[in-house]
Amino acid sequence: MATVAPPAARFAKTALAVRKKRAETIAKWVFFAMAAAMIVPLLAIIAYLLYRAAPSLDWGFLVDMPRKGMREGGIWPAFAGTLYLVVISLAVAAPIGVLAAIYLNEYARDNWFNRLINLAVINLAGVPSIVHALFGLGAFVYAAKLGYSILAASLTLAIMTLPVIIASTREALASVPMAFREACWNVGATRWQTIRSVVLPNSISGILTGVILQVSRAAGETAPIMFTGAVFFKAIRPGTLFPYHLNDQCMALSMHLYTVSTQVPNVKDSIPYATAVVLLATVLLVNVSAIGLRVWLRARKRW
Amino acid sequence: MTDATPSSLHTVGPRPRRRTWAVVGEKALEAVIRASGVSAIFFVLAIFFFVFREAAPFLFSDEFKPFEFLFSTQWYPTSDINVRYGTWALTVGSISVTALAMVLAVPFGLGAAIYISEFSGRRQRETLKITIELLAAIPSVVWGFVGLTVMSKIIVALTGAPVGVNLLNGGVILALMSVPIIVSIGEDALKAVPDSYREAAQALGATRWQIVYRVLLPAAKNGLLAAVLLGVGRAVGETMAVLMATGHAVNLPHSVLDSVRTLTANIAAELGEAPAGSPHYRALFLTGVLLFCITFAVNVTADLAIRGRRRL
Amino acid sequence: MNRHMPRTLPTVLLAGLTAGLGTSLLLSACGGKGPEPAKTTIQVKGSDTMVNVAQAWAEEYKKVEPTVDVEVSGGGSGVGIAALERGTIDIADASRNMKPEEIEQARRNTGKEPMEFIVGFDALAVYVNKDNPLNEITLDQLAQVFAEGGTITKWAQLGTQIPGVSDDTIVRVSRQSSSGTYEFFREHVLAKKDFKLGSRDMNGSKEVVELVGTTKTAIGYSGMGYATPAVKMLRVARMAGGPAVAPTVENTLSKSYPLARSLQVYTLGEPQGAVKKYIDWTMSDAGQNILQDNGYVPIPISSRSR
Repeated sequence: MATVAPPAARFAKTALAVRKKRAETIAKWVFFAMAAAMIVPLLAIIAYLLYRAAPSLDWGFLVDMPRKGMREGGIWPAFAGTLYLVVISLAVAAPIGVLAAIYLNEYARDNWFNRLINLAVINLAGVPSIVHALFGLGAFVYAAKLGYSILAASLTLAIMTLPVIIASTREALASVPMAFREACWNVGATRWQTIRSVVLPNSISGILTGVILQVSRAAGETAPIMFTGAVFFKAIRPGTLFPYHLNDQCMALSMHLYTVSTQVPNVKDSIPYATAVVLLATVLLVNVSAIGLRVWLRARKRW
Repeated sequence: MTDATPSSLHTVGPRPRRRTWAVVGEKALEAVIRASGVSAIFFVLAIFFFVFREAAPFLFSDEFKPFEFLFSTQWYPTSDINVRYGTWALTVGSISVTALAMVLAVPFGLGAAIYISEFSGRRQRETLKITIELLAAIPSVVWGFVGLTVMSKIIVALTGAPVGVNLLNGGVILALMSVPIIVSIGEDALKAVPDSYREAAQALGATRWQIVYRVLLPAAKNGLLAAVLLGVGRAVGETMAVLMATGHAVNLPHSVLDSVRTLTANIAAELGEAPAGSPHYRALFLTGVLLFCITFAVNVTADLAIRGRRRL
Repeated sequence: MNRHMPRTLPTVLLAGLTAGLGTSLLLSACGGKGPEPAKTTIQVKGSDTMVNVAQAWAEEYKKVEPTVDVEVSGGGSGVGIAALERGTIDIADASRNMKPEEIEQARRNTGKEPMEFIVGFDALAVYVNKDNPLNEITLDQLAQVFAEGGTITKWAQLGTQIPGVSDDTIVRVSRQSSSGTYEFFREHVLAKKDFKLGSRDMNGSKEVVELVGTTKTAIGYSGMGYATPAVKMLRVARMAGGPAVAPTVENTLSKSYPLARSLQVYTLGEPQGAVKKYIDWTMSDAGQNILQDNGYVPIPISSRSR
């Protein structure tokens, strides 16, 4: 007759179980370390930039004009220029992108033509920024005769941000349950009526977040604007809110960081760092507010 | 919606019809929507067209020797005595910096994706995902600035190299830039594996780690491959960060501490000075065409990989 | 239809964004502040060596003539000359002279003859790290270091030993090919031969000096106005055994320093109106003082305007 082990021993872990558990714990900590390995550099970089930028960072830095060959003073013209570029490029890209996403998600059937469109969107997203610059130079500066201008630079940026707006809008539209649309169709609404009254209002939060996230992309890119409309320096009337015209060239934060760190000699060390901090802070603030908006609106969803 | 003349349900009268302008307006709007959809193809073709148009005269001229263009390391477009257009050193520069970046980014990226998808609790997951998004938002010129100032000092201090802007610098910076893409698409790929797979494995007594490497990784391998490929695409196409961080030297690297120059940085540095229409200008546009083809190939492969996964 | 809060708020936000966009675009297109005096824009592009002076000039000139906007960009002498050939800018800054084929191209594209105005002088200094014991070098040695086919690759071949380094390979720091400094060096030191591949080609004059300042085994060339305490400038001899001359203001003006060069601006045809006034101002005492403050050699008083 088999001996029956005492109750406690019956549930004791076997050697195999112990090994498995240990492997699992090790794996978990290894993967956690890998994930943390990304956060640490991010925080370290931000901390170091802030530390080196501190001597120059104050409100005046943002709204002052640069002085003494950009070695002192502020970066207001660059900041204003970036605002112009971002607003105009998104004003062009957002409508086209949203409408294109509506087409792809609501109207397109699964045939070869629409697969081609999908392929085109994916490829547009992967084009290197310097190739966008080449395109902007060839198409907007020369062929369309816009010359070096804010308009040419903004249009180049618009083409660059378009595919991501399309992708994020599609996701937002796809998150609206099919049942909503079917309910509309069942009462006899046309496709556009359905979109206008049910699909769009319910996905507007996702669409908005997608567009806002592209603000940081448009503000941060240098190569596309370097050859189409951004300059090293432009003297503007101080104290105006709208210093540029559409066919002027402009300074831009990203371009300014590049020139101040590579071309202006004997500049106080903290100025390039401060420019980097302003650019980074703008970008991160916009992103954080977009994420916050998304989280808040998602919490209020009713399905 | 319908402008219903309040015809009662009992009479048989004419069907209520919408006003003409509503119908026409809607048709017009739908035409606009379709046009917007097609515009994506239009823009991709336009990019290729305009870039190719500027490059074409050089491509079809006598000066262009395909073998030399692709495989010679001598890039002397402005020489007074011997003009040469060899892009091999630049191509190797791009490849080596991307390869180094992937060697660093792929393990960390996939590891982080696995952690976020399988091991983390909800709080941790949200925090990590937000951090990844913020990492992805950092502009490339800021990364270049970090490479130029911070990373170069670290590299010189740690390795005793004479110059801190080199292949290693560029590789590390690019890795940090590509990780977010690998993590987010890798996580999507892992999430797409049906829960039934996990549940079946758990029923057989597998731990989470065993599920990951015996079930999930094989099942999601297409999507994970796509994630890596898209990270590669991002790294190859990066311009400003490598312009500032790699030392911009035309040579074949013998060690990670050598400076290199990439195709992208080369165009950015020389485009302004090449007089429009000159062979140098067109040669640069031709390098642009080369870049476009490389990223096109990478993106199409990634897309096919994802698509293959969906048919699973 | 407006009963549900989550749906209204984003719509309101969107409407607000669009309204804001629309007004700002409208205002910007109109110039913002009602009727204003006619504004002239002068586009200046080119030499990176000169870009800081050009920008200081632009800044100062705004106080002299508030209705004139001077836009300055760098990129290198080649960039400015290329833009001038296309006729897209008013003034090209160049730290080298225009080549005959460039003048021909400009003539062909725009029908106008480029005019040259010398606005200052500069010495192209050879920089080494301050810890480097070397003090002088000949043009031939420089050519052997930098030119394609040159034989000098290690500091020992120059008779120098740099303290505290294990590898004494010479780290060459150069400029990108768009730079007039690069062209000047190639023409006057390398006798038009090409540069050896593998030098670190920096974007701006300042980067060259910075890299040399942090790298003990480096050698580079840049304008003398870019010196920092971390580097030192070598004395240059035209030939072995000859006198090695230091890059100073006097030696530049007297041309005894072998790598003295002129800084010039080019316009298409004879400059008119606002452009003429601007160039005259840069060549006057006011402009030249700014040039001098930035580390360059001003033109002699006899050549100045007014």
